[in-house]
Amino acid sequence: MNAIVSAGQGLLGWIDDRFPLISTWKYHMSEYYAPKNFNFWYYFGSLAMFVLVLQIVTGIFLTMNYKPDAAYAFGSVEYIMRDVSGGWIIRYMHSTGASAFFVVVYLHMMRAMLYGSYRKPRELLWILGCLIYLVLMAEAFFGYLLPWGQMSYWGAQVIVNLFSSVPFIGPDLAVWIRGDFLVSDATLNRFFALHVIALPLVLVGLVFLHLVALHEVGSNNPDGIDIKKKKDPVTGKPLDGIPFFPYYVVKDLIGLVVFLMVFSAIVFFGPEMGGYFIEYNNFLPADPLQTPAHIAPVWYFTPFYAMLRAVPAMFGSQFAGVAVMGAAVIILFFMPWLDRSPVRSIRYKGPIFKAALTVFVISFVILGYLGIATTDVWGKMPAAVPIIGGVEVATLASRLLTLAYFAFFLAMPWYSAIDKCKPEPERVTG
Amino acid sequence: MMVEIENRARATLVAFGSAICLGALLWFSGPSPAIAASGGHPNLSAPVNLKDAVSLQRGAHLFVNYCMGCHSANYMRYNRLTEIGLTEEQIKQYLLIGTDKVGSTMSIAMRPADAKEWMGKAPPDLTVIARSKRPDYLYTLLKTYYADDTKASGWNNLAYPNIAMPHPLWQLQGLPELKVEDKQSHGHTVQVKSTVPGEPGTLSAIEYDQAVGDLVNFLVYMGEPWKVQSNRIGIIVMFFLTILLVLAYLLKVEYWRDIKH
Repeated sequence: MNAIVSAGQGLLGWIDDRFPLISTWKYHMSEYYAPKNFNFWYYFGSLAMFVLVLQIVTGIFLTMNYKPDAAYAFGSVEYIMRDVSGGWIIRYMHSTGASAFFVVVYLHMMRAMLYGSYRKPRELLWILGCLIYLVLMAEAFFGYLLPWGQMSYWGAQVIVNLFSSVPFIGPDLAVWIRGDFLVSDATLNRFFALHVIALPLVLVGLVFLHLVALHEVGSNNPDGIDIKKKKDPVTGKPLDGIPFFPYYVVKDLIGLVVFLMVFSAIVFFGPEMGGYFIEYNNFLPADPLQTPAHIAPVWYFTPFYAMLRAVPAMFGSQFAGVAVMGAAVIILFFMPWLDRSPVRSIRYKGPIFKAALTVFVISFVILGYLGIATTDVWGKMPAAVPIIGGVEVATLASRLLTLAYFAFFLAMPWYSAIDKCKPEPERVTG
Repeated sequence: MMVEIENRARATLVAFGSAICLGALLWFSGPSPAIAASGGHPNLSAPVNLKDAVSLQRGAHLFVNYCMGCHSANYMRYNRLTEIGLTEEQIKQYLLIGTDKVGSTMSIAMRPADAKEWMGKAPPDLTVIARSKRPDYLYTLLKTYYADDTKASGWNNLAYPNIAMPHPLWQLQGLPELKVEDKQSHGHTVQVKSTVPGEPGTLSAIEYDQAVGDLVNFLVYMGEPWKVQSNRIGIIVMFFLTILLVLAYLLKVEYWRDIKH
């Protein structure tokens, strides 16, 4: 308790006698000591929070004119873009924001993988993050149905049908999700409810918990060492720590402006991003009687979609593929216990881990590409080749890359333990 | 020792950076989601210029007279055409159909259910057709029609064979005919199909090309009427953000002056 707090004078004092305002501010901002050696990779956490707020605010304005009705949904989106003042900016911010959210979240997760931010004592922080990612995927999926274009409709149809491959209860489960025997007005209404209220609430709650957990254990850093081990004997503050406010607030401001420049360039000059952010076929109104020749999910789902397609049907059911796709996300939760390396950061990990992580990233990116392309994109193996002759090259590649993706995790307890690591420094290296 | 570690860390970052760039390259060199012509005819490149108000005005006139017999543009309002340099008086005089008001949407009287009964398939709304089908598709489509007596409509299309829509601009183009030539290529005989002018229409071949260009230009404008405004605002926004970036950078440098590395 310092003098200002105990004095209880003025408005601030009045509030602080009744609410832990100053202590909260200190705990989370002005006396939250973050390592001073954050680099480029450390911008994406605050950016993800910014995009969350952006999506909520633009989303509120969109709901003011959007109509969750199969007969009006497509038209109401055009109405927003044409007849609502500034509507096109709001809508493009929201559609670009969806993709931007995944860009920053993927980079944020990459950071954690590079510097071992998932390791003890940050296991719960990592799990909360994985939950945020999972809920974000659901949120994006529900939201994508709302414009009621062909890709909205058939994308939802494909994904909901995945649930019908679940043994025994599958078909009933799919009907229960849709509220109908096919994606229809009932589906649109419930997806709208889930997208605008249920999942955003969960998301905000999880982000809050994510921050509480972070501030309890403290931020990791590119060296992966614990800054709390070296404290100033007089003040008791970490020698390599600096208060989040003002230092990282002003630093994150730079990251925010750079992000806004990229974001605005997309919003104002090319919101479709060549068909990757807004698919061209989504400007055709949903037509339950006309299945498009090529149904591809939006880019952020395509690595998992490629895995789904890569797994062959077993016992006449696609469930194996669905299970693999689900496992690809669920396996992330176990990373804290799979990594048995004595060091956290990639800087001091050995060559095997570096190679494994590189293969993992390349697999994920190429799977992402294969998930959006048609399966014949790379042609077929020559018929003369034994066993795999005549099989589509892209399908083979997807299978190999799916194996590589899982091998990164499943073999980690072994290769991370035998890898030749370098000694960690005593203090952060800037 | 420290330098070496830093170099390795950097090398790792470079490796990841290259992996991501490689991925990005793959993605963007991949098959364009745009619809390619299905008849083996290459897509022609549409001459789109949203700043050419006169072209857009001619396109609007063609659209109202030749497309809106069957197709609506239900999300577009007539009075928005003041953006392409028309006055409300001109819109009323040259473009309005029937009892429409200048603030009405560009709707048509034919109901989709009736249209389906009469033609088998209701002609789609064209407001955002240039966004779903892409400009080059539309431009190619309108330039590759030929008269074909074997079809119920009397029309066929080189790039999009067996298309349901008859030639909407035939009065302008006339009756182009299909020409099939046998050509020798690498020792094989290949059929090369093309359309050649038949009975002339009211426009010359050059004038027709320009008319189709104007119409497609208008369809692109109608798909995203705020595009020119968007680009203009975008430049201002980028300018503002650049200044903000400099200020944010200077602010950071000032605060971080007392942090020792």
